[in-house]
Amino acid sequence: MTLLEAIILTVITASTPLLIAAIGELVVERAGVLNLGVEGMMIIGAAAGIATAITTGSSALGVAAAVLAGMLLALLFAALVLGLAANQVASGLALAILGLGLSGVIGAPFVGVQREGIGRIEVPLLADLPFLGPILFAQDPFVYASFLLVVGVWWFLARTRAGLVLRACGENHAAAHALGHPVLRIRLLAILFGGACAGLAGAYMSLVYTPFWTSGMTGGRGWIALAIVVFASWLPWRAAAGAYLFGGLTILQLHAQGAGVPIPSQFMSALPYLLTVVVLVLIMRARRGGAAGPACLGIPFVPDR
Amino acid sequence: MRLLLEQRAETPTALLIASPLMAVVLTVLAAGVMFAALGQDPLHALAVYFLDPLSDSWGLQEVAVKATPLVLIAAGLALCYRAKVWNIGAEGQFLAGAMAGGWLAIATHGGTQGPWLLPAMMLLGALAGAAYALIPGLLRARFGANEILTSLMLVYVAELLLDWLVRGPWRDPAGFNMPQTVVFSPSATLPLLAEGGRLHIGTPITLAVVAALALLLRRTLKGFEIRLVGEAPRAARFAGFSEQAVVLSVFALSGALAGLAGLMEAAGTVRQLQPGMSPGYGFTAIIVAFLGRLNPIGCLMAGVFIAITFIGGENAQIMLRLPLDATRVLQGLLLFFVLACDSLLLYRLRLLREGRA
Repeated sequence: MTLLEAIILTVITASTPLLIAAIGELVVERAGVLNLGVEGMMIIGAAAGIATAITTGSSALGVAAAVLAGMLLALLFAALVLGLAANQVASGLALAILGLGLSGVIGAPFVGVQREGIGRIEVPLLADLPFLGPILFAQDPFVYASFLLVVGVWWFLARTRAGLVLRACGENHAAAHALGHPVLRIRLLAILFGGACAGLAGAYMSLVYTPFWTSGMTGGRGWIALAIVVFASWLPWRAAAGAYLFGGLTILQLHAQGAGVPIPSQFMSALPYLLTVVVLVLIMRARRGGAAGPACLGIPFVPDR
Repeated sequence: MRLLLEQRAETPTALLIASPLMAVVLTVLAAGVMFAALGQDPLHALAVYFLDPLSDSWGLQEVAVKATPLVLIAAGLALCYRAKVWNIGAEGQFLAGAMAGGWLAIATHGGTQGPWLLPAMMLLGALAGAAYALIPGLLRARFGANEILTSLMLVYVAELLLDWLVRGPWRDPAGFNMPQTVVFSPSATLPLLAEGGRLHIGTPITLAVVAALALLLRRTLKGFEIRLVGEAPRAARFAGFSEQAVVLSVFALSGALAGLAGLMEAAGTVRQLQPGMSPGYGFTAIIVAFLGRLNPIGCLMAGVFIAITFIGGENAQIMLRLPLDATRVLQGLLLFFVLACDSLLLYRLRLLREGRA
């Protein structure tokens, strides 16, 4: 394996959790709901995933538990912002705090337990291709899932009637309601989808990326996923590009640290966070304040009878 | 049967007080359920959590020590959130204040120090906090960059900077390689209120700030501007108020208070800089601000309650071997219940039989 191949492989590993979480949040925001709790849903997924995988010995059950945990937390959020029309920003923060706390309680008994990560699946024949084979066709199942998610969400939003209705809820919920679409039910489904994706991204962190539990192991990736959605202008393909940009940067700083670049490691670790700030500014400048996302993003909807 | 929300024309005053209290009661109930799930006797665990910290003078003093930074930060955040400006990076501004003020204490350590030192440290801490908060403030006012994400990202940057400083240039040479600075000299530490205790003058300062902010919000034009920009941005524009100026001023003010809180924590309670010097005060203060109904006086009471859960959580960890994260769960749940109960202020819940509508 060449160095370039190795670097690309690590970039994919670093980008996949960002991409999965960002795609989920993208759908939520397209439906007009701002869920800031991605970090909380992600880390509860990581904790539930590793706890279940260690207890049952099955990685598949671990992934299922992670997805379920993310969805449960998302359901709580939905109850608050849809059922009680609560402030979405504050509710999302509550979700982030609650998720971090719960993950610590769930993960505490499993600190220091190592387990084998989920292996790679090689596509027969194609995996033997030079260069492209190991990169595209010998990945772990999460990477394939992330590709499918991007294509699937793009197709759903851009090509299906249901996707159009979902976008209508995000752009003008009053009009969608007047046309007889069940705005709250559609938003509930979107929020649950976002929770499932965040949970899946968390499972990737604790079952593949670093296959053991440490508290706070998502390290702000949920927040970076939120930034990627803004960066992507709420478009799935651009979200993939954004996730790979951030993943690439994470790997770049790791390699620089490994190569002994004489910059304190803390400065290198701060780079992804600083880049997020810079990217958010650049993207807003390029847009000149226009096209700031779905028109009803973050506004509670209370149907009249 | 369906649950319907119906907008209220007017909010009954009694509900304004009842809603946070309801949230607290619900949280205590949920805590009991959680303790039972973790295999504890719920009543005993609740007593350890919520009553023991108040049962002796040591506990009461610790509650006040923990409540001080929480209240000071939350009072500033309350102003931000009133204006619908979402500064969630108070943790970073707290650390920025601690680092800037702490720098002066370290730079003058063993050299010329005098009565000017503490006021200078406090000023520097507040200025650094304000400057650090103005970064997301300016980026939002100038470019429209989302302040939630930028302010949060800067928390990680501040944490890493502190980590580097206490392991590198500012490490105590006599500290056995521990990641911490020198212990501040007496002239660089805040005077204690009582000999032998832990309460320092930060607590009365915080009380004074809360009173000042309550006046600012209720009785001055600036306070009216802040409330109007948050509640009726269109009306605020017609009145000629600049939204950008409000964004910048609430960011600067909340950052200055968080920075001051950080400096007072460093110079009053911890007496040096360490990586783990804040148990997430800046994030917990967000909960305090909402529990306090975004009102400085309310934040004071809310801060005391949350401080009790901090002390109770530490007690429970020692006495019942409960994980420390259980406290975080409770604080997160509390915010949930606060937001849920607040909906009752704006809406009336109506149960509706299907088919009659």
